[in-house]
Amino acid sequence: MSKSPALFRKTRILEGQIDEFLDCITEAGLIFQRAIKIYLEQGASDEFAASTKQSNEIETHGDNLRRIIETQLYEQTLIPDLRADVLKLLEDLDNLINIIQANCYRFTIEVPDIPPEYHKDFMDLTETVVTCVDTVVMSARAFFRNIEAVRDHNSKVMFYETEADKISTKLKTKAFRSDLPKVEKIHLRYFVERIDELANEAEDIADSLAIFTIKRSI
Amino acid sequence: MDVVVLLFLTSGLFLGWSLGANDAANVFGTAVGTRMVQFTTAAVVCSIFVVLGAVLSGSGAAHTLGKLGSVNALAGSFMAAFSAALTVYWMTRLGLPVSTSQAIVGAIIGWNLFSGSITDTNALFKILGTWVACPLLAGLIAAPLYKLTRIFLKRAKFHLLRLDAYTRAALIFAGAFGSYSLGANNIANVMGVFVPVSPFTDFNIAGMLTFTGIQQLFLIGAVAIGVGVFTYSKKVMLTVGDGLMPLSPVAAWVVVIAHSIVLFLFASEGLEHLLASGGLPTIPLVPVSSSQAVVGAVIGIGLLKGGKNIQWKILGSIGAGWVTTPIISAVVCFVALFFLQNVFNQQVYREVHYSLMPAAMDKAVKLGLPAEDLKDLESQTFKSASKFRAAVRKQTFLSKPQESKVLYYAEISRTSITPEVLGTIDRDWLGEERSKALDSLSGRTFTYKWQLSESLSAKSDLWKSLKETTANKTYNKQIKSKLDYLHRTFAIDD
Repeated sequence: MSKSPALFRKTRILEGQIDEFLDCITEAGLIFQRAIKIYLEQGASDEFAASTKQSNEIETHGDNLRRIIETQLYEQTLIPDLRADVLKLLEDLDNLINIIQANCYRFTIEVPDIPPEYHKDFMDLTETVVTCVDTVVMSARAFFRNIEAVRDHNSKVMFYETEADKISTKLKTKAFRSDLPKVEKIHLRYFVERIDELANEAEDIADSLAIFTIKRSI
Repeated sequence: MDVVVLLFLTSGLFLGWSLGANDAANVFGTAVGTRMVQFTTAAVVCSIFVVLGAVLSGSGAAHTLGKLGSVNALAGSFMAAFSAALTVYWMTRLGLPVSTSQAIVGAIIGWNLFSGSITDTNALFKILGTWVACPLLAGLIAAPLYKLTRIFLKRAKFHLLRLDAYTRAALIFAGAFGSYSLGANNIANVMGVFVPVSPFTDFNIAGMLTFTGIQQLFLIGAVAIGVGVFTYSKKVMLTVGDGLMPLSPVAAWVVVIAHSIVLFLFASEGLEHLLASGGLPTIPLVPVSSSQAVVGAVIGIGLLKGGKNIQWKILGSIGAGWVTTPIISAVVCFVALFFLQNVFNQQVYREVHYSLMPAAMDKAVKLGLPAEDLKDLESQTFKSASKFRAAVRKQTFLSKPQESKVLYYAEISRTSITPEVLGTIDRDWLGEERSKALDSLSGRTFTYKWQLSESLSAKSDLWKSLKETTANKTYNKQIKSKLDYLHRTFAIDD
């Protein structure tokens, strides 16, 4: 990073904190992807528990960062014309980590029984939603630094969200047409929907970002 | 200083206060309204730079206003400034767009009509032209500047927060420049009418720097503007933000810069000198309306964006303001002068007499003016410029420049160079050689202004004006102000 004059040091620190917050979301996505992989291979093992704990820690760190950033934005009356938009963006992004953490806990508590023939679909779904989350984080970064790129990232978010919908529909159809007991079918559907929720949330954030970008460019 | 003098200056201070309250909002309104800059920061920066602009560069625009009409009695100046302030206040109350520049021009014309002085049409058209040019120029500056800023920002790819921090700093710098330009350009509106009757005398600071009477007058006016900024502008600033069109902080910066450049162009003697010495056409130094410069800049940006968000009605009301404000102000001034003179028994103008005495007739012959046609008027005294001009027009047809010459050579302004008064003059400011020339005229009396200046020129070349070119304007203005000083100091009654 280029050396800024002392006058803008506070700004530089805050920029760093926003970047760190966005890193948290990307990292949480990767942790979630690894946690699902472990669960599918080993069930609710100690290694899975460690991943859940990691998601918990990153959620706490993300929350702290968000609060610090929000407080500074208010205290220093920064970006008065876009502050409300940025605060909403940060809270929506924070919600992605919350969903990841909640999903890890759901697996720990409910221990769903996922038959091996669904493992690949579950892994595909997870990878797609995590890519979707990763892309929306890139879009958010672009909103701060390079608004021209927001549109490109957003279109990718839409693409991954549609892909995730396709995989989840395929997965749910396959489950409900199988011989599994009804209760397991419903349980599987529930987990598919909870994982897919991440992509839906990412899409909503991308929609908001599109509007914020128009406002920023006026 | 006389208390009455102070009392009469109050109307100028009132006008200054209202200018500070309203026009400071043009400079810092968007920045404070959008909370990009704190009010206290804005008020401090604004006040300091208004004072600097007024004292250091204020005389250029005041000179043009002085040419329009020279209000020659303190009570008259009081009423001109008061009428202008009243018009501004009243029209603001009615929600009509108003500019102090237009109000004061109207008031001066009102005084001219009342006192029988002649309104210099050249100066008037010069002023009217700049009123139209001011918003146009602001728009022409703002549109490309906005485009360039956007291209730069697109390339620079600043972080949103960094951009925010840079914009804040830029808004403060632009505001400082804007305040300086406002002080330089608009102090003429506030104190211009008091220049010919200024009660202040020049003094030297440590023999190095001369603090002229006009600068002292402008300092007081600028302080009144500063008081207006601190006491009342916050309210206006907070409402001005989204008046005409919603603006982003970056667009607001462009507007302030464009406004400041326009005001600066119409006030800078330095720039005028630079352009003239490069053989380029110069920009007239005229007080213009800062509100209209802002409106012009905003509309320039709006048009660049396709013109969808602009409220076109405002343009119509600006056009209407060009006509209504000076007329209302002139009428108010005329009526108020009547009351001040006849009810309160105040001298609102000093009668300037005109007479073609033999010396003036000789001069007319030498200059090739049709002296024969004017023979009938010889030695008759006229009590005002307009009466004299009417008599001249009855006798013969003269071209505009010839008419101005006859008026100049016939204007009576008696002076007597007495040893007592010679002992009190500011010799440091006049300079050694000029003072010597003046001393050599001790004991002599003069009927006309031109007689004194010709006698001084005969004694020393330093009293001679240079050829009338824009490059020589500053020098000639200095000579003129020194001669004005002598006319005031050595004046005797008829």
